[in-house]
Amino acid sequence: MIDTLFLALTELLRFEHLAYMFLGLFVGLMIGVLPALGGIAGLSLMIPFIYGMDQVSALAMLIGLLAIMPTGDTFSSILLGIPGGSSSQATVLDGFPLAKQGQAARALSTAFISSMFGGVFGAVVLTGFVFIARPVILAFGSAELFMLALLGLSMVAVLSGRSLVKGIGACCIGLVIGSIGAAPATGEFRMVFDIEYLYDGIPLVVVGMGVFAIPEIVDLMRSNQSIAGEMPLGKGWTRGIRDWTRNWFLSLRCAAVGCTVGVIPGLGGSVVDWIAYGHAVQTSKDTSNFGKGDIRGVIAPESANNAMSGGAMLPTILFGIPGSGAMAVFLGCMVLIGIEPGPSMVTTDLHLTYTMIWSLALANIFGAIACVALARPIAGLTKVPFQYMAPFLMVMIAFAAFQSTRSVNDLIALLALGVVGVLMKRFGWSRPALLIGYVLAPQAETFLYQAVQFNGWSFLGRTGVIIIGALTLASIFFGLRNRVDEHGKVVPVEDNAPDVPQFKAHLPQIGFAAAVLALMGLALFDAMQHDFLGKVFPLSVAVVGLVIVSVLLWELWFGKVGHHSHFDAELTGDHVGKPEVKGLWSGLIWLSVLVGLSALVGFVLGVAAFFLAFMRLRVGASWLKSLHMTAWAVGGIILAAWMLSLNFPSGLLQSLIDLPWPLR
Amino acid sequence: MKNTVNVTRRVALGLVAGAVALGLAGPAAADVDFSGQTIEWIIPFSAGGGSDTWARFNAPLLSKYLPGNPVVVVVNEPGGGSTKGTNLFAARAKPDGLTILGTSASTQFPYLLGDPRVRYEYKDWKIAMAGPTGGVVYTTPNLGLTGPQDIAMLKDKELVYASQGATSLDLVPLLGFRLMGFNVQHVFGFKGRGDGRLSFERGEVNIDFQTSSAYLKNVQPLVDAGQAVPLFSWGVLNEAGEVVRDPTFPDLPSFVEAYETLHGAAPSGPEHDAYFAFFTAGFPAQKMVFLPGETPDEIVAAYQKAFEDMKADPDYQANAEAVLGSYGQVTGALAQALFEKGTTITPELRAQVSGMLAAEYGVKLGED
Repeated sequence: MIDTLFLALTELLRFEHLAYMFLGLFVGLMIGVLPALGGIAGLSLMIPFIYGMDQVSALAMLIGLLAIMPTGDTFSSILLGIPGGSSSQATVLDGFPLAKQGQAARALSTAFISSMFGGVFGAVVLTGFVFIARPVILAFGSAELFMLALLGLSMVAVLSGRSLVKGIGACCIGLVIGSIGAAPATGEFRMVFDIEYLYDGIPLVVVGMGVFAIPEIVDLMRSNQSIAGEMPLGKGWTRGIRDWTRNWFLSLRCAAVGCTVGVIPGLGGSVVDWIAYGHAVQTSKDTSNFGKGDIRGVIAPESANNAMSGGAMLPTILFGIPGSGAMAVFLGCMVLIGIEPGPSMVTTDLHLTYTMIWSLALANIFGAIACVALARPIAGLTKVPFQYMAPFLMVMIAFAAFQSTRSVNDLIALLALGVVGVLMKRFGWSRPALLIGYVLAPQAETFLYQAVQFNGWSFLGRTGVIIIGALTLASIFFGLRNRVDEHGKVVPVEDNAPDVPQFKAHLPQIGFAAAVLALMGLALFDAMQHDFLGKVFPLSVAVVGLVIVSVLLWELWFGKVGHHSHFDAELTGDHVGKPEVKGLWSGLIWLSVLVGLSALVGFVLGVAAFFLAFMRLRVGASWLKSLHMTAWAVGGIILAAWMLSLNFPSGLLQSLIDLPWPLR
Repeated sequence: MKNTVNVTRRVALGLVAGAVALGLAGPAAADVDFSGQTIEWIIPFSAGGGSDTWARFNAPLLSKYLPGNPVVVVVNEPGGGSTKGTNLFAARAKPDGLTILGTSASTQFPYLLGDPRVRYEYKDWKIAMAGPTGGVVYTTPNLGLTGPQDIAMLKDKELVYASQGATSLDLVPLLGFRLMGFNVQHVFGFKGRGDGRLSFERGEVNIDFQTSSAYLKNVQPLVDAGQAVPLFSWGVLNEAGEVVRDPTFPDLPSFVEAYETLHGAAPSGPEHDAYFAFFTAGFPAQKMVFLPGETPDEIVAAYQKAFEDMKADPDYQANAEAVLGSYGQVTGALAQALFEKGTTITPELRAQVSGMLAAEYGVKLGED
């Protein structure tokens, strides 16, 4: 084993293999830095080139690309407040406030060190773990996986914010969204209303971007400042290193959590960042700064997501079970270069496994170094007036969103969820709770159904189930004690919320809660139409949701001034009373212009028209400058689409006239 | 592997003389030239799946062997269990050979079952290539079996199978097990056959099937270690359109042989017809490449020639085993035969299968 380990290293260190790894790193960094484009896009770019490459070079290149994704992602999470990928959403929560305070450099450097540590940790663990991974992975049956989904859901407690009912309500919204589409047990289609798009459920990237990215963009568009405002960018590199050193144990724990979540197939990594973040909050004594720029809120998710991407390789190479979309493509690439996953990866093909592990470690180290070098210039983005960045970001997010099904419906869903996200942010509903519910809904339902089918209800007596159950209870207990939201620590709950004492002023938040109640009612109504196995899950969620939201409505309606459920950023936010701040809806209106134009004339023409309109009407730029910016945007998306060989979503125009690519 | 191709080649010739009469394998491809053009290969699945890998394996070879060496790009159009991308092809593709479609069992099954999301008609298309595949059903020695000959011991056992869904490729084992008379509980919601195998290794299920290459790589070691017992292969079609032993697994009985061991006679009747229709669409005709129906025959012939020629390429030979299993891709009359068999079902059989799925598994295809 040791021989093979070093043999694999010397093999990898040959010039051509290293060169391919750096190529992978380079491409991965380019893609990773762009918000919302991740491993799937990067690997798809690489596939045409792996043809005829030797296995070591190809693996080095692919892993180089994958390894840097969660590191490169950090840029947009911290600097723009837009999650760079599905596993770096939690970084936004504290990283972005740090950037706004001019501490971008500190946050980035801490994040990169954490990422590097997490990645290398993952690689080191894998080296030995790969031999015992089979029995460990096999120990997690459907029953244990169901309990792990519950453990994930327990993070809602710590992330639910000041009002627990709102947190649970948000989680119920997520669970309802997550149960749209085919029921796992019967294949019945739930809540599809004869809309074909909904048959497959709403894609993760659409939910993530809609709920997290769009509200940030909308907020930033309201004032025409740059992200960092007047704040200096700050250096803070040494401070970042010190920050990490002081919290190395947290980083270690989160890396272990990340690695574990990655190794267990079926969980998927999209909530690993929230689990790590929740863990950091649960185990901290002083939680007053979380959500407002606590560096530990950056260290935790960044340590976990890099470690996870290493762990996730195990089920892929040992069992051929990809844990995520990116791993599915990686698996396809492995097959294309003639490597078939299976038990032989720890026997006859062990050198390939070690090649991957070494590539992973090296790529994480070099990737972090590259990011550190790039941090300074890229951080300059936070000094650009946001109105110049907003249209680019909207187009990029739309571009990422339609990767899911390549149709204009992705954009419509993005807009709809964007509205939900904006309102949730305004009324203080926990968006992480929604995401956790959405991601874990299908898993919780599927694994519970399977566990009951396999073991009957006696599955509850299994050792693993009891252990994870105890962990879940502990997580809820510590979570409730240390609740945080975007405004820092909220426990003990005091009824001193900043508030406006007129009932009329509360109507918008009451209205939103009523809309959520209606959604739950709709879910209940729809669930009634199905067979027992198809309805039991959405029915339970809807009932819980109805009860919880009814309690909330009662609190909102009758609660005294300053009741902890009352929250409306439009009444009490920092911007209230500043005339230069634009209304809440302006950003959403611009986004709907983009979506509407795309539905009419297709994405490329839609982007062109949107950009020109935005530059002329909103920014007030000259024609020359407007055309210049538009050309960059349109050129950029066409280039990206050409490299990824994809078609743009088409609009009404395309159904009437046959246009050549890229217009069709 | 060669053997299968040869056997099945004779199938086609015997089976559908009609297809030959159409002259599909006819004119030479001399006047077709794709120089400087880009061919879009629509794959109605997301990147990374079996069909995507299959297409990406073939794409550069196709580019190399098509006249004029066009660029061949794989365009993923996932959604609706592959009906979305296929509908798109049906609505948009022009008969110029620049857009081709790759389908899989998940595309054939909704069509055969009458899924309302299907707005494509296989009979409108011309086939360029068909990629057969096979698989092996196996069980656990805990049930007392030592080999395929003991299959009768399963008759009164409670079997559990990890299924991806009643309308997925796992419809074939579902119909097959019913035909055999096994008492199988199908647990749905699995994400792939790999997930199902994991469930078998955990001891949650006691009967499973894997496609040939996955079986060789992942289940054969279990069999060698005494942790799994093979029962039968699905088999391949012979010249008379009958199911015979899969040459990849010459020591294993085919599905039909296993049935005979159990029941003393060959399977027949409407239940068998239903099984056979979906078996053909799921295995011998699992992967197919299509061109729009009005495409000139010389373009179709150019594609067929390219798919034939690539088989001699070292790149093809190096990785074909991993990607395709041990089954050669076929063209011409042979592909035509598989195409017709794999996309035809009588209305009575369709009603019978969808009625059974609705009644016993709660599957609604949304016709009402």
